Amino acid sequence: MSDRRKKNSMPEQSPAERRRNFAEVALGYDAETARCEAARCLQCKTSPCRQGCPVEVDIPGFILHIRNGDFAAANEDLLRYNALPAVCGRVCPQEDQCEKLCVLGKNGEPVAIGRLERFAADYARENLPPAPVANVVRPDAPRVAIVGSGPAGVTAAGELAKMGYRVTVFEALHMPGGVLMYGIPEFRLPKAIVQHEIGALRAMGVEIVSNAIVGKSITVDELMNEEGYQAVFIGTGAGLPYFMGIPGENANGVFSANEFLTRSNLMQAWRADSPTPIFVGRRSAVVGGGNVAMDAARTAVRLGAEEVFLVYRRSRQEMPARHEEIDHALEEGVIFRTLTNPTAVRVDDRGWVSGLECVEMELGEPDESGRRRPVVKPGSEHFLPVDSVIMAIGQGPNPLVQSTTPNLRVNRWNNIWTDENGMTSRPGVFAGGDVVTGAATVILAMGAGKRAAQAIDRYLREQK
Amino acid sequence: MGYKIIRKKVLSPTVKEFEIVAPLVARRAQPGQFVVLRVDADGERIPLTIADYDRQRGTVVIIVQELGAGTKKLGRLEQGEELADFAGPMGNPTHLHNLGKVVVIGGGVGIAAIWPIVRGMKQAGNHVTTIIGAKTESLLILVDELAGYSDELVVATDDGSRGVQGFVTTALQAIIDRGQAIDQVLAVGPAIMMKTVADLTRKYNIKTIVSLNPIMVDGTGMCGACRVSVGGATRFACADGPEFDAHQVDFDLLLSRLAMYRQRERDDVEKFEHEGGCKVHE
Ligand SMILES: Cc1cc2nc3c(=O)[nH]c(=O)nc-3n(C[C@H](O)[C@H](O)[C@H](O)COP(=O)(O)OP(=O)(O)OC[C@H]3O[C@@H](n4cnc5c(N)ncnc54)[C@H](O)[C@@H]3O)c2cc1C
Ligand code: SF4
Ligand code: FES
Repeated sequence: MSDRRKKNSMPEQSPAERRRNFAEVALGYDAETARCEAARCLQCKTSPCRQGCPVEVDIPGFILHIRNGDFAAANEDLLRYNALPAVCGRVCPQEDQCEKLCVLGKNGEPVAIGRLERFAADYARENLPPAPVANVVRPDAPRVAIVGSGPAGVTAAGELAKMGYRVTVFEALHMPGGVLMYGIPEFRLPKAIVQHEIGALRAMGVEIVSNAIVGKSITVDELMNEEGYQAVFIGTGAGLPYFMGIPGENANGVFSANEFLTRSNLMQAWRADSPTPIFVGRRSAVVGGGNVAMDAARTAVRLGAEEVFLVYRRSRQEMPARHEEIDHALEEGVIFRTLTNPTAVRVDDRGWVSGLECVEMELGEPDESGRRRPVVKPGSEHFLPVDSVIMAIGQGPNPLVQSTTPNLRVNRWNNIWTDENGMTSRPGVFAGGDVVTGAATVILAMGAGKRAAQAIDRYLREQK
Repeated sequence: MGYKIIRKKVLSPTVKEFEIVAPLVARRAQPGQFVVLRVDADGERIPLTIADYDRQRGTVVIIVQELGAGTKKLGRLEQGEELADFAGPMGNPTHLHNLGKVVVIGGGVGIAAIWPIVRGMKQAGNHVTTIIGAKTESLLILVDELAGYSDELVVATDDGSRGVQGFVTTALQAIIDRGQAIDQVLAVGPAIMMKTVADLTRKYNIKTIVSLNPIMVDGTGMCGACRVSVGGATRFACADGPEFDAHQVDFDLLLSRLAMYRQRERDDVEKFEHEGGCKVHE
């Protein structure tokens, strides 16, 4: 008999097995376990969980359908609020959102809302005939250009197409999907799921132009003045990798997490027959404590590194990564060097990294983010020998659109400014997702895309 | 979708010219910029300089020297076939204005890259001396085209099969020695060539621009694979360059970073040629 105070566990590949492959780690509930987990939900009238969800999914509603065995209805319910439930069920930080507010969490574990969301979406994709996608795009409708095909852009495009607008998505890379394609690894989010969603978007009549770098191939002003787009949505994300600025950082074997993950995911370098090379060596150090760092560390494990260190200047409590990914990384043998900060990359005489010079840290007074500020412990200098270093200390906004669009207001980090409706300082130009907020989450980017779509609709109606 | 090859010209056994239909690249392309292409859906992303473009026709010309497995595969494509991806224009254009007397240097495939620059420099009113260099005569390309837009064209080959025997720096030294005033040198070619040009012009205090060619992945500024050190600061060549002040560039770092995957590249070429060879026997 399972413990009713605990979540039903979700089957996973064993750590020993998954260390050697890129297949998905978490295997998902089967129908019976899903119904069992759904039965834990108390169906609270006030549904506090909903307030924790950035897009206010009707959580008790879809869970009730699962409990009743009507999985199709559960999926339809989800889709009313969230266009990408199969993605969100896998990557949302549920422990800080819906599940954090679940009443059951006070006296045990909350309902496994993310796992149930994933179950309903996977069930529908795998077992039900594809819901007939209506292409309701009106041939005479105003045209809207979407810049960037990450969660923000894709959501805005889908919402606008549903309203009948003619939508074109411009994507700089050769594959649409944004971070979902180039950043988050296959073992956490299978690419087939992302491409399934992109396929649905095309079926709705959205045109996707890849290899189109807005700012270089075409500017926002040209889109509006020459190509006939009446509104533009900018969802270009936070893809500019930061480095620490320490000595030796340009040595061979030091990569940004973006480069490392793009090689592995988008360019498929994890496959032995890929023409794109990737290097990890026998010992690898990943610097950072967020989702990006976990993904890079776990990718390094799978690429054959014997020892992978995660170097993070605060403690495990402060790590911004999803808890599940932290657990998975530990299970897979990633060695955590918390309260440790690199001060230099040591470089050998061939120009390659030979290790990281580090200091130990202690937590001092809280800083403006409320987290305790790490300070250097005197006399704690030490050396960590490694063959590769992956910097996952954060990303800034992609700058191309900002630098080529006159009068587009930005803040001091070059994030695009918008009003509460998502409109920028340029009439008819909207923005949302990481390029506005700084690196955040998939669901927040989707929420921004949805709100902007509604604002674009209002704007275009007023223009008539 | 695909990007169609509407013209292919074999410039030498290992250097091919392609004209490709890519209206979104042609529309804003300028001399000094580059594209990133993929031959097929499994291909690597290959950065290549824009050798020419025709906005009316919506086409872009690239010139490829077959070096690695990817460029060899590209070199085998024929007119009428399609590339899977062709993105650009990337990087910042060359500053083309009247500087006075300029020397433009192209080595190897760098010759293709300087072709639109020489033309642009001439049209901007400069006195243009062009120096091109290659290992041997058969690897020289665009000689007549360059001659047409240059006030003087100097050819250098390592083996002396055409023009001056020696490197482009041999030819540049001769021009300096004869007392010609030079307002700017612009050099594009292998990193080691650009380094030797920079070393030479530093001695004479001649302003020199080079177009750097580090390893790239996206070409849009989102990975940092292309980082170079210029004047002590780290820059992304694809987004901040590719052209920089030659006397500020850390060429040793560039050369070291270019060698990062060299063994792997050699393995790939062998594999490609082996597999290619097998197919012929079928
Ligand atoms: C490795 C990694 C792991 C993550 N894990 C999680 C997680 O587990 N859970 C979670 O909620 N969030 C996670 N995140 C964060 C999340 O992915 C982002 O918050 C989200 O993707 C932002 O969406 P977006 O649409 O704003 O931008 P992006 O997904 O970044 O998409 C932007 C798109 O715009 C394109 N683009 C940029 N500039 C141009 C241009 N000039 N012209 C045309 N196209 C352009 C880019 O190529 C890209 O495809 C992770 C991020 C990374 C990098
Ligand atoms: S979308 Fe995310 S936050 Fe909302 S219910 Fe689903 S898992 Fe929870
Ligand atoms: S090639 Fe990726 S940033 Fe320049």
